[in-house]
Amino acid sequence: MSRVVEKFTTRVPRWRPHVRPLAFDEATGEQRDALRETPSGTKISDYVLVLAHDPQALSARTPLFNGIMYAPGGLSRAEREIGATAASFVNHCIYCAAVHASRYNQITGDTTLMRKLFVDGEKADIDPRAKAIVRFSVRLSECPPQVEADDITKLREQGLDTQEILDLALSTALFGWANRLMHTLGEPVSDD
Amino acid sequence: MSDANVLEKAGRVPAGGVLREAVDFRARLMELTQESHDAALVPREPGGLSHALRAALAQRIVRICDDPELEHHYAAMAGDADAAGHGMPGSTSDEERTSAILAYVDKVTRTPRDASEADIARLRAAGVGESDVVRLAGLVAFVNYQCRVARVLRLLGEQP
Repeated sequence: MSRVVEKFTTRVPRWRPHVRPLAFDEATGEQRDALRETPSGTKISDYVLVLAHDPQALSARTPLFNGIMYAPGGLSRAEREIGATAASFVNHCIYCAAVHASRYNQITGDTTLMRKLFVDGEKADIDPRAKAIVRFSVRLSECPPQVEADDITKLREQGLDTQEILDLALSTALFGWANRLMHTLGEPVSDD
Repeated sequence: MSDANVLEKAGRVPAGGVLREAVDFRARLMELTQESHDAALVPREPGGLSHALRAALAQRIVRICDDPELEHHYAAMAGDADAAGHGMPGSTSDEERTSAILAYVDKVTRTPRDASEADIARLRAAGVGESDVVRLAGLVAFVNYQCRVARVLRLLGEQP
Protein backbone atom coordinates (compact mmCIF):
# COMPACT_ATOMS: atom_id res chain seq x y z
CA MET A 1 0.00 0.00 0.00
CA SER A 2 1.44 3.40 -1.01
CA ARG A 3 0.49 6.74 0.39
CA VAL A 4 1.56 10.23 -0.66
CA VAL A 5 4.07 11.82 1.76
CA GLU A 6 2.89 15.32 2.71
CA LYS A 7 5.21 16.21 5.58
CA PHE A 8 8.92 17.03 5.55
CA THR A 9 11.09 14.10 6.57
CA THR A 10 14.69 12.96 6.27
CA ARG A 11 13.45 9.44 5.45
CA VAL A 12 13.83 9.40 1.66
CA PRO A 13 10.50 8.43 0.06
CA ARG A 14 9.96 6.74 -3.30
CA TRP A 15 9.23 9.08 -6.22
CA ARG A 16 6.14 8.11 -8.24
CA PRO A 17 6.07 9.70 -11.70
CA HIS A 18 2.98 11.30 -13.27
CA VAL A 19 4.61 10.93 -16.68
CA ARG A 20 5.53 7.54 -18.17
CA PRO A 21 9.27 6.90 -17.74
CA LEU A 22 11.08 5.95 -20.89
CA ALA A 23 11.53 2.17 -21.25
CA PHE A 24 15.30 1.71 -21.41
CA ASP A 25 15.12 -0.84 -24.24
CA GLU A 26 13.15 1.68 -26.37
CA ALA A 27 15.78 4.43 -25.88
CA THR A 28 17.40 6.01 -28.92
CA GLY A 29 21.19 6.41 -29.14
CA GLU A 30 20.92 10.03 -27.96
CA GLN A 31 18.75 9.00 -25.00
CA ARG A 32 21.21 6.25 -24.01
CA ASP A 33 24.08 8.74 -24.17
CA ALA A 34 22.12 11.17 -21.96
CA LEU A 35 21.63 8.38 -19.38
CA ARG A 36 25.35 7.53 -19.10
CA GLU A 37 25.88 9.98 -16.26
CA THR A 38 23.25 10.28 -13.51
CA PRO A 39 22.62 12.99 -10.89
CA SER A 40 24.81 12.22 -7.83
CA GLY A 41 26.00 9.06 -9.63
CA THR A 42 23.03 7.01 -8.43
CA LYS A 43 21.36 4.24 -10.45
CA ILE A 44 19.13 5.08 -13.42
CA SER A 45 15.90 6.05 -11.65
CA ASP A 46 12.35 6.61 -12.89
CA TYR A 47 13.12 10.33 -12.51
CA VAL A 48 15.96 10.32 -15.05
CA LEU A 49 13.94 8.01 -17.31
CA VAL A 50 11.17 10.64 -17.29
CA LEU A 51 13.69 13.40 -18.08
CA ALA A 52 15.16 11.24 -20.87
CA HIS A 53 12.12 12.18 -22.97
CA ASP A 54 14.19 15.34 -23.61
CA PRO A 55 17.72 13.94 -24.11
CA GLN A 56 19.37 17.17 -25.26
CA ALA A 57 18.31 18.94 -22.06
CA LEU A 58 19.21 15.95 -19.84
CA SER A 59 22.71 15.56 -21.27
CA ALA A 60 23.58 19.16 -20.30
CA ARG A 61 21.65 19.10 -17.05
CA THR A 62 23.24 16.07 -15.39
CA PRO A 63 26.89 17.26 -15.54
CA LEU A 64 25.70 20.75 -14.54
CA PHE A 65 23.88 19.30 -11.51
CA ASN A 66 26.90 17.24 -10.47
CA GLY A 67 29.29 20.16 -10.98
CA ILE A 68 27.19 22.58 -8.93
CA MET A 69 26.81 20.12 -6.06
CA TYR A 70 30.18 18.34 -6.08
CA ALA A 71 32.90 20.31 -7.96
CA PRO A 72 35.88 20.98 -5.67
CA GLY A 73 36.75 24.42 -4.26
CA GLY A 74 34.55 27.28 -3.15
CA LEU A 75 31.60 26.62 -0.85
CA SER A 76 31.72 23.40 1.20
CA ARG A 77 29.56 20.50 0.03
CA ALA A 78 27.61 20.62 3.28
CA GLU A 79 26.68 24.29 2.81
CA ARG A 80 25.63 23.63 -0.81
CA GLU A 81 23.24 21.03 0.66
CA ILE A 82 21.80 23.70 2.98
CA GLY A 83 21.00 25.87 -0.07
CA ALA A 84 19.41 22.89 -1.84
CA THR A 85 17.31 21.98 1.19
CA ALA A 86 16.16 25.56 1.85
CA ALA A 87 14.96 25.91 -1.76
CA SER A 88 13.15 22.57 -1.51
CA PHE A 89 11.53 23.82 1.68
CA VAL A 90 10.13 26.97 -0.01
CA ASN A 91 8.96 24.98 -3.04
CA HIS A 92 7.57 22.21 -0.84
CA CYS A 93 9.50 19.53 -2.68
CA ILE A 94 9.43 16.88 0.04
CA TYR A 95 11.44 14.40 -1.98
CA CYS A 96 14.35 16.81 -2.68
CA ALA A 97 14.31 18.12 0.89
CA ALA A 98 14.56 14.55 2.26
CA VAL A 99 17.42 13.58 -0.06
CA HIS A 100 19.48 16.73 0.53
CA ALA A 101 18.84 17.07 4.26
CA SER A 102 19.97 13.48 4.71
CA ARG A 103 23.03 14.14 2.54
CA TYR A 104 23.89 17.11 4.77
CA ASN A 105 23.50 14.84 7.81
CA GLN A 106 25.79 12.22 6.24
CA ILE A 107 28.51 14.73 5.32
CA THR A 108 28.56 16.51 8.67
CA GLY A 109 27.56 13.66 10.99
CA ASP A 110 25.19 16.15 12.63
CA THR A 111 21.41 15.87 12.50
CA THR A 112 20.47 18.79 14.74
CA LEU A 113 20.62 21.57 12.10
CA MET A 114 18.19 19.87 9.73
CA ARG A 115 15.94 18.77 12.59
CA LYS A 116 15.69 22.37 13.81
CA LEU A 117 15.08 23.65 10.27
CA PHE A 118 12.32 21.12 9.64
CA VAL A 119 10.57 22.17 12.86
CA ASP A 120 11.08 25.95 12.95
CA GLY A 121 12.02 26.87 9.35
CA GLU A 122 13.73 30.23 8.96
CA LYS A 123 13.29 30.99 12.67
CA ALA A 124 15.32 27.95 13.70
CA ASP A 125 17.90 28.52 16.45
CA ILE A 126 21.06 27.62 14.49
CA ASP A 127 24.54 29.14 14.23
CA PRO A 128 24.68 32.60 12.61
CA ARG A 129 26.52 31.47 9.46
CA ALA A 130 23.95 28.72 8.74
CA LYS A 131 21.17 31.18 9.55
CA ALA A 132 22.47 33.73 7.01
CA ILE A 133 22.75 30.96 4.39
CA VAL A 134 19.20 29.74 5.05
CA ARG A 135 17.80 33.28 4.96
CA PHE A 136 19.55 34.00 1.65
CA SER A 137 18.43 30.72 0.06
CA VAL A 138 14.83 31.08 1.22
CA ARG A 139 14.61 34.63 -0.13
CA LEU A 140 16.25 33.69 -3.43
CA SER A 141 13.75 30.86 -3.85
CA GLU A 142 10.67 33.08 -3.48
CA CYS A 143 8.86 34.24 -6.62
CA PRO A 144 9.82 36.86 -7.64
CA PRO A 145 13.23 36.30 -5.99
CA GLN A 146 13.62 38.59 -2.96
CA VAL A 147 17.40 38.74 -2.53
CA GLU A 148 18.81 42.27 -2.15
CA ALA A 149 22.24 43.82 -1.47
CA ASP A 150 21.58 43.50 2.27
CA ASP A 151 21.33 39.69 2.02
CA ILE A 152 24.75 39.60 0.34
CA THR A 153 26.16 41.83 3.09
CA LYS A 154 24.82 39.46 5.75
CA LEU A 155 26.61 36.55 4.07
CA ARG A 156 29.86 38.53 3.89
CA GLU A 157 29.54 39.38 7.60
CA GLN A 158 29.50 35.63 8.26
CA GLY A 159 32.73 35.21 6.29
CA LEU A 160 31.46 34.03 2.89
CA ASP A 161 33.57 35.32 0.00
CA THR A 162 32.42 36.05 -3.56
CA GLN A 163 33.17 32.48 -4.74
CA GLU A 164 31.20 30.97 -1.88
CA ILE A 165 28.24 33.30 -2.47
CA LEU A 166 28.23 32.43 -6.19
CA ASP A 167 28.35 28.70 -5.34
CA LEU A 168 25.48 29.13 -2.87
CA ALA A 169 23.42 30.98 -5.50
CA LEU A 170 24.10 28.15 -7.97
CA SER A 171 23.09 25.35 -5.59
CA THR A 172 19.98 27.22 -4.41
CA ALA A 173 18.88 28.16 -7.94
CA LEU A 174 19.61 24.60 -9.13
CA PHE A 175 16.94 23.45 -6.70
CA GLY A 176 14.56 26.08 -8.05
CA TRP A 177 15.04 23.99 -11.19
CA ALA A 178 15.06 20.47 -9.69
CA ASN A 179 12.03 21.14 -7.45
CA ARG A 180 10.03 22.36 -10.45
CA LEU A 181 10.71 19.04 -12.19
CA MET A 182 10.39 16.63 -9.26
CA HIS A 183 7.42 18.25 -7.60
CA THR A 184 5.40 18.61 -10.81
CA LEU A 185 6.31 15.49 -12.82
CA GLY A 186 5.72 13.14 -9.89
CA GLU A 187 5.17 12.85 -6.14
CA PRO A 188 6.79 11.27 -3.09
CA VAL A 189 5.18 8.11 -1.75
CA SER A 190 5.88 5.84 1.16
CA ASP A 191 5.40 2.11 0.65
CA ASP A 192 4.20 0.64 3.92
CA MET B 1 23.10 28.31 -31.04
CA SER B 2 23.99 31.48 -29.20
CA ASP B 3 27.69 32.29 -29.09
CA ALA B 4 27.69 34.70 -26.12
CA ASN B 5 26.99 33.39 -22.62
CA VAL B 6 23.46 34.58 -21.89
CA LEU B 7 23.71 34.21 -18.11
CA GLU B 8 26.97 36.17 -17.78
CA LYS B 9 25.56 38.92 -19.97
CA ALA B 10 22.26 39.13 -18.07
CA GLY B 11 24.25 39.02 -14.82
CA ARG B 12 26.40 41.93 -16.07
CA VAL B 13 29.57 40.09 -15.03
CA PRO B 14 32.44 42.58 -15.37
CA ALA B 15 35.49 41.82 -17.57
CA GLY B 16 37.85 41.75 -14.60
CA GLY B 17 37.91 41.61 -10.81
CA VAL B 18 36.88 39.23 -8.06
CA LEU B 19 33.48 38.32 -9.52
CA ARG B 20 35.02 37.60 -12.94
CA GLU B 21 37.54 35.29 -11.24
CA ALA B 22 34.79 33.48 -9.34
CA VAL B 23 32.73 33.02 -12.52
CA ASP B 24 35.77 31.85 -14.49
CA PHE B 25 36.54 29.33 -11.73
CA ARG B 26 33.11 27.87 -12.61
CA ALA B 27 33.61 28.24 -16.39
CA ARG B 28 32.48 24.67 -17.10
CA LEU B 29 29.23 25.30 -15.19
CA MET B 30 28.67 28.49 -17.19
CA GLU B 31 29.13 26.51 -20.43
CA LEU B 32 26.70 23.81 -19.28
CA THR B 33 24.22 26.53 -18.29
CA GLN B 34 24.49 27.91 -21.82
CA GLU B 35 23.98 24.40 -23.27
CA SER B 36 20.91 24.05 -21.04
CA HIS B 37 19.61 27.39 -22.31
CA ASP B 38 20.01 26.24 -25.91
CA ALA B 39 18.35 22.88 -25.13
CA ALA B 40 15.36 24.66 -23.54
CA LEU B 41 14.97 27.51 -26.03
CA VAL B 42 16.31 26.35 -29.41
CA PRO B 43 16.48 22.54 -29.21
CA ARG B 44 17.34 20.44 -32.27
CA GLU B 45 14.09 18.50 -31.66
CA PRO B 46 11.47 21.02 -30.47
CA GLY B 47 8.60 18.47 -30.43
CA GLY B 48 5.24 20.21 -30.07
CA LEU B 49 6.74 23.40 -28.58
CA SER B 50 8.07 25.69 -31.31
CA HIS B 51 11.13 27.86 -30.75
CA ALA B 52 8.86 30.93 -30.99
CA LEU B 53 6.48 29.63 -28.29
CA ARG B 54 9.43 28.73 -26.05
CA ALA B 55 10.87 32.26 -26.32
CA ALA B 56 7.46 33.76 -25.50
CA LEU B 57 7.03 31.47 -22.46
CA ALA B 58 10.54 32.33 -21.23
CA GLN B 59 9.69 36.01 -21.58
CA ARG B 60 6.54 35.45 -19.52
CA ILE B 61 8.56 33.72 -16.76
CA VAL B 62 11.27 36.39 -16.47
CA ARG B 63 8.61 39.09 -16.36
CA ILE B 64 6.92 37.27 -13.48
CA CYS B 65 10.37 36.99 -11.85
CA ASP B 66 10.95 40.70 -12.40
CA ASP B 67 14.19 40.38 -14.39
CA PRO B 68 14.56 43.23 -16.92
CA GLU B 69 17.91 41.99 -18.28
CA LEU B 70 16.55 38.57 -19.22
CA GLU B 71 13.31 40.16 -20.40
CA HIS B 72 15.40 42.08 -22.91
CA HIS B 73 17.14 38.87 -24.03
CA TYR B 74 13.92 36.88 -24.48
CA ALA B 75 12.09 39.77 -26.13
CA ALA B 76 14.86 39.85 -28.75
CA MET B 77 14.57 36.06 -29.18
CA ALA B 78 10.78 36.15 -29.51
CA GLY B 79 10.97 39.06 -31.98
CA ASP B 80 7.71 39.49 -33.86
CA ALA B 81 6.92 35.79 -33.52
CA ASP B 82 4.88 36.29 -30.34
CA ALA B 83 1.96 37.83 -32.20
CA ALA B 84 -0.48 36.26 -29.73
CA GLY B 85 1.24 38.01 -26.80
CA HIS B 86 1.88 34.90 -24.68
CA GLY B 87 5.00 36.60 -23.33
CA MET B 88 2.81 38.91 -21.24
CA PRO B 89 1.93 37.53 -17.77
CA GLY B 90 -1.84 37.34 -17.28
CA SER B 91 -2.55 36.95 -21.00
CA THR B 92 -4.86 34.04 -21.85
CA SER B 93 -5.75 31.97 -24.87
CA ASP B 94 -9.06 30.69 -26.27
CA GLU B 95 -7.25 27.65 -27.53
CA GLU B 96 -7.39 24.80 -24.97
CA ARG B 97 -3.85 23.49 -25.48
CA THR B 98 -2.22 26.92 -25.23
CA SER B 99 -4.40 27.84 -22.29
CA ALA B 100 -3.29 24.71 -20.38
CA ILE B 101 0.37 25.47 -21.20
CA LEU B 102 0.07 29.08 -19.95
CA ALA B 103 -1.65 27.93 -16.75
CA TYR B 104 1.18 25.45 -16.09
CA VAL B 105 3.88 28.08 -16.75
CA ASP B 106 2.26 30.56 -14.36
CA LYS B 107 1.59 28.13 -11.53
CA VAL B 108 4.95 26.35 -11.62
CA THR B 109 6.80 29.67 -11.78
CA ARG B 110 4.84 31.43 -9.02
CA THR B 111 3.80 28.68 -6.64
CA PRO B 112 5.48 25.37 -7.51
CA ARG B 113 4.49 24.16 -4.02
CA ASP B 114 0.85 24.07 -5.20
CA ALA B 115 1.52 21.96 -8.30
CA SER B 116 -0.14 18.53 -8.37
CA GLU B 117 -0.97 15.64 -10.63
CA ALA B 118 -4.06 17.57 -11.77
CA ASP B 119 -1.84 20.10 -13.56
CA ILE B 120 -0.19 17.35 -15.60
CA ALA B 121 -3.62 15.77 -16.23
CA ARG B 122 -4.87 19.09 -17.58
CA LEU B 123 -1.94 19.32 -20.02
CA ARG B 124 -2.52 15.76 -21.16
CA ALA B 125 -6.28 16.31 -21.60
CA ALA B 126 -5.51 19.39 -23.70
CA GLY B 127 -3.42 17.28 -26.07
CA VAL B 128 0.11 17.87 -24.76
CA GLY B 129 1.99 14.57 -25.25
CA GLU B 130 4.25 12.88 -22.65
CA SER B 131 7.50 14.15 -24.19
CA ASP B 132 6.12 17.66 -24.53
CA VAL B 133 5.11 17.69 -20.85
CA VAL B 134 8.75 16.95 -19.99
CA ARG B 135 10.03 19.57 -22.47
CA LEU B 136 7.68 22.20 -21.02
CA ALA B 137 8.60 21.37 -17.41
CA GLY B 138 12.28 21.56 -18.36
CA LEU B 139 11.88 24.99 -19.97
CA VAL B 140 10.01 26.47 -17.00
CA ALA B 141 12.45 24.98 -14.50
CA PHE B 142 15.55 26.15 -16.38
CA VAL B 143 14.40 29.78 -16.75
CA ASN B 144 13.54 29.91 -13.05
CA TYR B 145 17.12 28.77 -12.27
CA GLN B 146 18.66 31.22 -14.73
CA CYS B 147 16.90 34.33 -13.42
CA ARG B 148 17.95 33.56 -9.82
CA VAL B 149 21.62 33.18 -10.68
CA ALA B 150 21.48 36.32 -12.86
CA ARG B 151 20.06 38.32 -9.98
CA VAL B 152 22.85 37.30 -7.60
CA LEU B 153 25.52 37.96 -10.24
CA ARG B 154 24.23 41.52 -10.67
CA LEU B 155 24.21 42.11 -6.90
CA LEU B 156 27.75 40.73 -6.55
CA GLY B 157 28.95 42.93 -9.42
CA GLU B 158 27.46 46.05 -7.84
CA GLN B 159 28.95 45.28 -4.44
CA PRO B 160 32.28 43.53 -5.02
